[in-house]
Parts: sequence; structure tokens; C-alpha cells
Amino acid sequence: MSIDRDMGSVAKESSEEFILETEGLTKRFGGLVAVDDVDYRIPFGEIRCLIGPNGAGKSTFFKMLAGRLQPTAGRITYKGEDITALEPHERARRGVSIKFQDVSVYPNLSVRENLRIPVQRYREGTGIQTAIADLLELVRLDGKEDVLVDNLSHGEQQWLEIAMATAIEPELLLLDEPTAGMTIEETEETGDLIRSLADQGMTVVVVEHDINFVRQIAEMVTVLHNGKVFAEGTVSEIEDDEDVQRIYLGQE
Amino acid sequence: MSDETTTIEETEDVADGATVSHVFDRFEGPHTIGSSTRFWAGFWILTALAFAYPLTTNEYAVLTTTVLFVWVFLSLSLSVIWGYTGIFSFGQTAFFGIGGYTFGVIGINLLPITGGTNLALIAAIVLPAVLAALIGYFMFYGRVSGVYVAIITLATTLILELLFSRTAGQQYAIGQAQLGGYNGMTGIPTLVLGAGPLSMELDALGMYYFVLGLLVATYLALRYVLNSNYGYVMVATRESQDRTEMFGYDIRLVKLQVFTVAGGLAGLGGALYASTGNFISPPVMGLAFAALPVIWITVGGRTTIIGAIVGTLGLRYFGNQLAAAGSEYATIFLGIVLLVAVLLLPDGVVPTLERYWERRFHDGGGEE
Repeated sequence: MSIDRDMGSVAKESSEEFILETEGLTKRFGGLVAVDDVDYRIPFGEIRCLIGPNGAGKSTFFKMLAGRLQPTAGRITYKGEDITALEPHERARRGVSIKFQDVSVYPNLSVRENLRIPVQRYREGTGIQTAIADLLELVRLDGKEDVLVDNLSHGEQQWLEIAMATAIEPELLLLDEPTAGMTIEETEETGDLIRSLADQGMTVVVVEHDINFVRQIAEMVTVLHNGKVFAEGTVSEIEDDEDVQRIYLGQE
Repeated sequence: MSDETTTIEETEDVADGATVSHVFDRFEGPHTIGSSTRFWAGFWILTALAFAYPLTTNEYAVLTTTVLFVWVFLSLSLSVIWGYTGIFSFGQTAFFGIGGYTFGVIGINLLPITGGTNLALIAAIVLPAVLAALIGYFMFYGRVSGVYVAIITLATTLILELLFSRTAGQQYAIGQAQLGGYNGMTGIPTLVLGAGPLSMELDALGMYYFVLGLLVATYLALRYVLNSNYGYVMVATRESQDRTEMFGYDIRLVKLQVFTVAGGLAGLGGALYASTGNFISPPVMGLAFAALPVIWITVGGRTTIIGAIVGTLGLRYFGNQLAAAGSEYATIFLGIVLLVAVLLLPDGVVPTLERYWERRFHDGGGEE
């Protein structure tokens, strides 16, 4: 059974149920339509995975949610408020936080400085140091707080960025390929981390390629293909879906 | 590896030092060099020596040294905006020049009436800051960045140089103040501070102490800001604007604020320059002068305010000595120093020395 695709009828009274909704979200780069008329809704507190072949428009979609890119058309509603025209920092202040696909920490600063920058916006005085200590423990970087981030492993940098994205205490956390370049153990630990964040009430949307990882963290999966929502359903439904298999194989 | 250990050790050292002198906690952090008790002792000894310096020399040397110090305000303003916030302004001299001219115009007109230059000095900070805010607003809210900021700021200072160069003739006067075209404005008053019976005209020695005092105060104030939350946001903006705004910081506003304050700081330098020499002329806003602070702080180390100070004092001092020896040597010397610095010490002299010092210190007597 696939999820109700007739979104229009429900959209109007749904604001209380859904933390995030997009309507007709579209991004064109010249002649290329990267994201094409996407209607998308995430209920509060869910972990949702977004998958799709390369070039499906996942990262572009994310960048529009975070405000890095302005959509060509369409609307983004967050907690009932239209945030389409808001600046990135205004969205962040409302509780939307993102980890981008490319690791974007501050490579020339120490781990402690990296964490302090997001933390100090929401904490004061000694609370800053406490929060930094908590985050260090959360992503197992305690003992490395004075190391320059450039000297961390790729996986550690990914974790650090997740910690920084969660440091602003978001309600909606967007993670673009959080396990890229991680070992199997690191990937598993990342899954545990994401689940624990969701247990604290965060809504998490994850762009991911690794289907095992998807199974570990999420129940519901959305498949993006050629900029459109191709399918939506539980992990096993999506795995068994022949059309989905076809678009992934067609890629190879 | 040894680098990392050093850093950790250093931090512990700071923690120990902090219990001894809580006073300096807020002046210390990863973005400013020097945090040990030894550093602060050295700092205050140097300051004391600088205060004692006039006792050992003649008035001419005192005057030259005052002008040396004045340039440091210009360098500090560039260090704050470029070194710390990552915005390369090629036109801080515009604000320096406007500060100087503002002080001249208001000083010349008001001194006979009020008997002081307090207002002129304040206006010489405020007006450049307002100009910076205006330019900054259009740049940063217009999403102008990178090399285009350099071009706009450079164009600003060159246009101002041109405008002020065309003000020769009687008709170009503001009140009693003749702008004087390319030859500049003369008769700018020396600083007269305070009011009424407490009014005080600063002679060469008084000016030296006033500028030195302001410099020490500015240095400490900057250390305070750079190590505060705001300083972290400045550095974050330098390191990655995209990342920083995703944490909820309005980086346009941050850049505008820093640019405005840096404009005011450069303006203060201009006012001190104009009142020390009783003179200002358009070339201080020209291309050659616009390049000077860039060279000074690149050589000294733009990401540390001590680097800006050392670079400015050092290069300006040797420049003066060489200029006295033969006019062309100074420029050639400056060019060679810049080349060597950029190729061999891209971080600047002071940060390189600091790293060397830390490593040595660690290898020597690491128990401390």
C-alpha cells in the first residue's frame, strides 16, 4: 500500500500535523529542471529518508528548504508559516538546521571553536561550556576539543557537523548524506545518534544512498527522480517496488 | 602532532593563569596571540617603556613616533575587517582621509568659537563610520562579496582623492577651512581636549601620550571584542559565510557592523594624523597609501592584531629610515619585503614567530 498521493485535498487542514510542507516546489537552472513541482509533507517527530539516483534533485531540494537557494516556483511552509521568502538565518532561528552534503565545518578552527559558534547563539555564560561538553560527548569527540578540524578524519568531521547542526536546538534537522565516507561501524553509530535525536522530539530528514542505513533509521522513504516525487512508502515497499529498482538500475 | 600537544598544554596553562589573574580572562582567547602571565608582563613592560621613551629623546623623534602610532589605527581597522571578518577592503584610507578632513574642517571652524576640538574629534570618528555604514549597506545587503568589495572600496578612496584634489581655489572652503586642492589643508589645529578651565592643548609630548594611551586602549578593547561571542561570529564569518548564516547569524548585519566600526577607527587615525601634523592632503587617500596598510598587515600577520601593530611600526620605521637615505629605496624595500612575506611567511611574521616560539618552549621546559 502506498501513501496517499492526493495531497491537495489534505494540505489545507494539515498544518498542525506536519512540521514541513512544500507545494509545487520547483527549481530551474536555465533549461534544466532540477526540482519539479514537488509536494512534500513531513509529520512532526518523524525520521524520513529521501533517496534517489544521482541528479534526482535531492540536494537542490534541501538547499531550498534551508534557504540557500531560492525556488523558481512553489511554497515552503514550516509549522504553518510560509518561509519561502525568508533568509537562511531567519529559518535557522525558527528551528530549521542543515548539514550539507559537502562537509562544511570551519576547517581552520579547533573542534571547540567550531562547536562554540552555534552554541553561543542559544546559551549564555557557563552554559556555553556545558553545552559544548555535552556535544563533544554526543559525537565522541571528547579529548579532541583542541584539535584543528582539518586534522580530523572524514567521519569525525561529519559527526562534528551533525553536532553543530543540532547545537542550535532545531526542531527540523536536515542531513544531506551524513554517512558518506564513513566505515560500517561509524555508519551504525550515526544511525543510533539520529534515532536518539528523534527520541528527543526532533524531526529529521535524511538524504541517503545506503539502503541498509535507511532501514536502520527510518520507516518512511520518499524517492525523488528527475526532480519529481517518484514514490513514497515504507522501506520494504520501496525496496520491493519494481519501478524504483528500474530507475536505480537504469542509472548504472 | 607536536602542534596539537602544544595547543592542549597551552590551554591548560591558560586555565592555571586564569586563577591567578581573572582580570584578563575576557581579553584572552584563540583569536588573539598571548595569554600567559609572561605575555601580559611583557605587554605592560613594553607599554611602560613606550611611555618612558620621550624622556630619552628629542621632540622631533617624539613627533615621528607619534605619527608611527597614528598609522597603527589604520592598520587595526583593516585587520578587524579583513584579518578577522574576511572582507578585503582596499579602501580603508578613504575613511582615514575623511576623518582627517572632518577634523580639519570642524576644528578650524569651531576652535575660535568653542576653544576646543572635542567635537571635531568625535565627528571625525562618526562621519567616516556613517560613510562606511552607507557603503557597507549597499555592498553587504546587495550581496556583493570577494574581489568586488575590494574594487568598490578602492574606487571609493580613489574617487575621494580625486574630488579633494580638485578643491584648489578660494571657492572651495567650508566656513573658515580652505580645502586646498592637491596641496591639502593647512592650519589644522592641534588637539585641544576638555572644556572650560580644564581645557588642555596638547603639545608634541601631550599628543604622544594621548595617541599612545588611545592605542593601548584600542588594543585592549579590540582584544575584548575579538574574544567575545561577537569575535567568534566575526571569525566564523571569515571562515565560512554560508555555514555561519545557517546557525541563525545575520552575516549581512555582522559585516555591516564591523565595516562601520572599522571605518570609525580609520577615521580616528585620520583625525590624529591631521592634528599631529596640522595638515592633511588628498594623497593619503591615493593608491599608494591605500596599498600601505595592506602590505603592513600582510607582513605582520593579518589575523592577529599584534601582527598589524608590529608590521606597521616595523615597516613604517624602516621605510622612514630608508626614505631619509634615498627616495626610491623605501618603495623597493617595501616591495621586496611584501614578496618575501607572501612567498615564505604567508601567515605573516608574528603568527609564524608565535608557532616557532610555542614549539621551542614546549621542547625546552614543557613541565610548566
